[in-house]
Amino acid sequence: MEHFFSLFVRSIFVDNMIFAFFLGMCSYLAVSKTVKTSLGLGVAVTFVLLITVPVDYLLQTKVLAADGILGVDLTFLAFILFIAVIAGIVQLVEMVVERFSPSLYAALGIFLPLIAVNCAIMGASLFMQQRIQMPAENSQAITGVWDCVAYALGSGIGWTLAIVCLAAIREKMAYSDVPKPLQGLGITFITVGLMAMAFMCFSGLTL
Amino acid sequence: MSLFSKENGAVFTGPLNLNNPIAVQVLGICSALAVTSQLKPAIVMGLSVTVITAFSNVIISLIRKTIPNRIRIIVQLVVVAALVTIVSNILKAYVYDVSVQLSVYVGLIITNCILMGRLEAFALQNGPWESFLDGIANGLGYAIILVIVGFVRELLGSGTLFGLTIIPSSVLMENGGLYLHNGMMTMPAMALIILACVIWAHRSINKEK
Repeated sequence: MEHFFSLFVRSIFVDNMIFAFFLGMCSYLAVSKTVKTSLGLGVAVTFVLLITVPVDYLLQTKVLAADGILGVDLTFLAFILFIAVIAGIVQLVEMVVERFSPSLYAALGIFLPLIAVNCAIMGASLFMQQRIQMPAENSQAITGVWDCVAYALGSGIGWTLAIVCLAAIREKMAYSDVPKPLQGLGITFITVGLMAMAFMCFSGLTL
Repeated sequence: MSLFSKENGAVFTGPLNLNNPIAVQVLGICSALAVTSQLKPAIVMGLSVTVITAFSNVIISLIRKTIPNRIRIIVQLVVVAALVTIVSNILKAYVYDVSVQLSVYVGLIITNCILMGRLEAFALQNGPWESFLDGIANGLGYAIILVIVGFVRELLGSGTLFGLTIIPSSVLMENGGLYLHNGMMTMPAMALIILACVIWAHRSINKEK
């Protein structure tokens, strides 16, 4: 249980997808103009992460690994399989949301299909693949499906936290006098850099 | 149309400066920041992306008339994923230490926005040769920024370039000198700030943008 919480809290603050690994930067910079849409995107990313990481974990350990059901080491196929799973699940989520909650579907709009090429989703699956090989006493190790769920949920919440914070800052920054060549992208990078420095104070945090 | 006509020249030089994928189009930021704490992985990453962009552009351009429009994203992803698998295995075989340093970021080339952006915007409308040039140029435009950021971070962060000591150890504070390495430079946060400075300089020079 302790390991479970440690994994969850660490993936929000210490191994934050944005501030420690820069994953999902493209949509992070493009969508963080208003708090409302960024919150919607964050929730969608968290949801997709929650499904894809455990599914990819099961595929990795039960099918691709040398001791899986096929009995052949197929780990070199992981990239293709993971991206296919992600694209398929994003499509599925899109259809389910459209069928059961048209209002949410309209609010998310173009961002839903774009999640398929969000590095944070693919990155979480690849980090999961690395963490399987860690010794079990390591606080970052993933040993079962529930560890995957904790890791995916934490990463998703961390990503949401980061994008909502940045959107809030950018909403305020609209009133600031920024030098012309630095406007837009430049000042956003500096803001994210300062936020990343603030998040560095969490490093070494364990439960 | 000849192979090195004026139009193709423009296709090639645009992404290197005025239409740089990172500084102007804001594509492929994720890996640009993460792999640049040293120069060597930055160069390997830049070259890998160049190769993958060029060949995926050519492949998609060759089959562009047979891909049904509705499933083109999946087709593109599969082509890119296959190329990334090949490159990743080549890196593991020949430069194992760099591939360990790059860790997941080689796999993340699949979701690099430069690739999808070029495939969607260029390869689906143009012939194989133009697409090849466009892929090479965009990859190199990406690599240039990586090398600049990697150069600054490695030189100021640990006083080395390609692992060779540039700043002599006699000027260091611990040996009685006055110089101290800026440890912040090796942290992720500084990558963002250096990239912001690069973009700032780029936009000040190219005022019309």
